[in-house]
Amino acid sequence: MSDNSPPGLDVPESAVAKPFWDGTREKKLVLQWCPECDRSVHYPREMCPRCMTTDLVWRELSGRGVVYAFTVQHFSAVADVPVPFVIALVDLDEGARLMSNIVGCAPTGVSVGMPVSVAWHPLADGRALPMFSK
Amino acid sequence: MPADPSDLRGKVAVVGVADIASPSGRLDKTMAELEAMMVKEALNDAGLTLQDVDGLFTARSESMGTLDLAERLGVHPTVTDTTMTGGSSFEVHVEHAAAALALGLCEVAVVVYASTPRSGGAYRPGQAYRDWNPSRPSPMLEWEQPYGISLPMGAYALAASRHMAEFGTTREDLAEIAVSTRQWAAMNPRARYRDPLTAEEVLASKPLCEPLHKLDCCVVTDGAGAIVLTRADRARQLKQPPAYVLGAGTHHTHSIISQMPDLTVTAGKVSGARAMAMAGIRPADVDVLETYDSFTITALLSIEDLGFCKKGEGGRFVRNGTLRPGGRLPTNTNGGGLSYTHPGMYGIFLLVEAARQIRGTSGQNQVEGVDIAVAHGSGGFLSAMSTVVLGSEATT
Ligand SMILES: [Zn+2]
Repeated sequence: MSDNSPPGLDVPESAVAKPFWDGTREKKLVLQWCPECDRSVHYPREMCPRCMTTDLVWRELSGRGVVYAFTVQHFSAVADVPVPFVIALVDLDEGARLMSNIVGCAPTGVSVGMPVSVAWHPLADGRALPMFSK
Repeated sequence: MPADPSDLRGKVAVVGVADIASPSGRLDKTMAELEAMMVKEALNDAGLTLQDVDGLFTARSESMGTLDLAERLGVHPTVTDTTMTGGSSFEVHVEHAAAALALGLCEVAVVVYASTPRSGGAYRPGQAYRDWNPSRPSPMLEWEQPYGISLPMGAYALAASRHMAEFGTTREDLAEIAVSTRQWAAMNPRARYRDPLTAEEVLASKPLCEPLHKLDCCVVTDGAGAIVLTRADRARQLKQPPAYVLGAGTHHTHSIISQMPDLTVTAGKVSGARAMAMAGIRPADVDVLETYDSFTITALLSIEDLGFCKKGEGGRFVRNGTLRPGGRLPTNTNGGGLSYTHPGMYGIFLLVEAARQIRGTSGQNQVEGVDIAVAHGSGGFLSAMSTVVLGSEATT
């Protein structure tokens, strides 16, 4: 993985988000979807916050999006993380917004509106964190 | 007939205030000691006693805060409120207290806060982020913390990034907010930082979460404050000129920053509009603004959302010293969270300074002829906004 990818924290997994995390094991970006509203629900939850349906489904997304906002962080609570690194909010083409890291380029190469696609950062337990690169 | 919030206008007033901070940032007292000091000082200020108090409001990180507080004070309240929305909690308390007092649920309400992050280690950023409870999973821990974001600063940096990209706001614009606030702090003997500050120094300070640098951030200090409220008819018989609650409004749009619908528009747009509608005022009527400044961007967004300028024009608005002493909109007249004090939840200090400005007792920081002052609190990650409009006798 990229030289400036930060994670080192334990990444928890909530019960409701299991399909998301299972997807990451196969490097698939699987988000919760409301079939009534025909829109993504992220983060995953128990009930659609628009129409209250509890029959939410899961859908694999393209993994493409654009940088909505970003910050170059010059310190980290995690000691072994090289700084600076980039934290961004990424707007996926299908409508969800995710926090993530932008990897594979220098922080100075990141801009708002920049198209990105998903890159996978493996975790020790076989899951992976979705990150993004140009 | 439908209820009308504007019935609340001027029914209740702030009649006692107290706050404490020190240039060293340290107070070397416990939070319980500071709470007792502030309650006593604010009640003395009003000419009331503990026996008069039957409404108690506080925001602590521990649960059941008013139970412990009331027990220590020996108060047996009929109205009790531990609403905790972060830094805006105390503006929310004023709104709730105003409604409760106006309806006769209580007669005298006290709002109090103390925190000692500097000397007592009571405020430990990051501590809460590490506790994972599978039955109440924290979205922040699962969807944000794995990416190494430093909170709260990283969240505000994201908002600043978006505002700059969308509207062309510059770091210089944000720096002006730190500079103008420092000019006010220079006149406040209790402020943490009083030395003159230039935009160049803000720009050259250490980058932490770009685009935010060290001098875009509030101080971390011990501090405490309290206010006392009662009904307007009773307020007129007390020691101080009442600062009437003309309007109040609260709104929140999210908890964690990645769920904020639009990073350039805060809930202040709704809370401010509600408070001003209740008060029957427009932004142009405001004589002083006390607005939350955990970071420079916090104040910039609020100035826009409260309607002092159009969305996106905050940078242009603050140029030319608009917020400075002698400026068109005197803002954060005590030196703010950026230079005076910021013990973790700054909202009580906004209210104390707004009430003093109405009374005309802000010392060297006093603005001439203040009839309307706005205290605008922000809590969480630009999440929970609450606005209080205070007015002088002339406004009622
Ligand atoms: Zn739905």
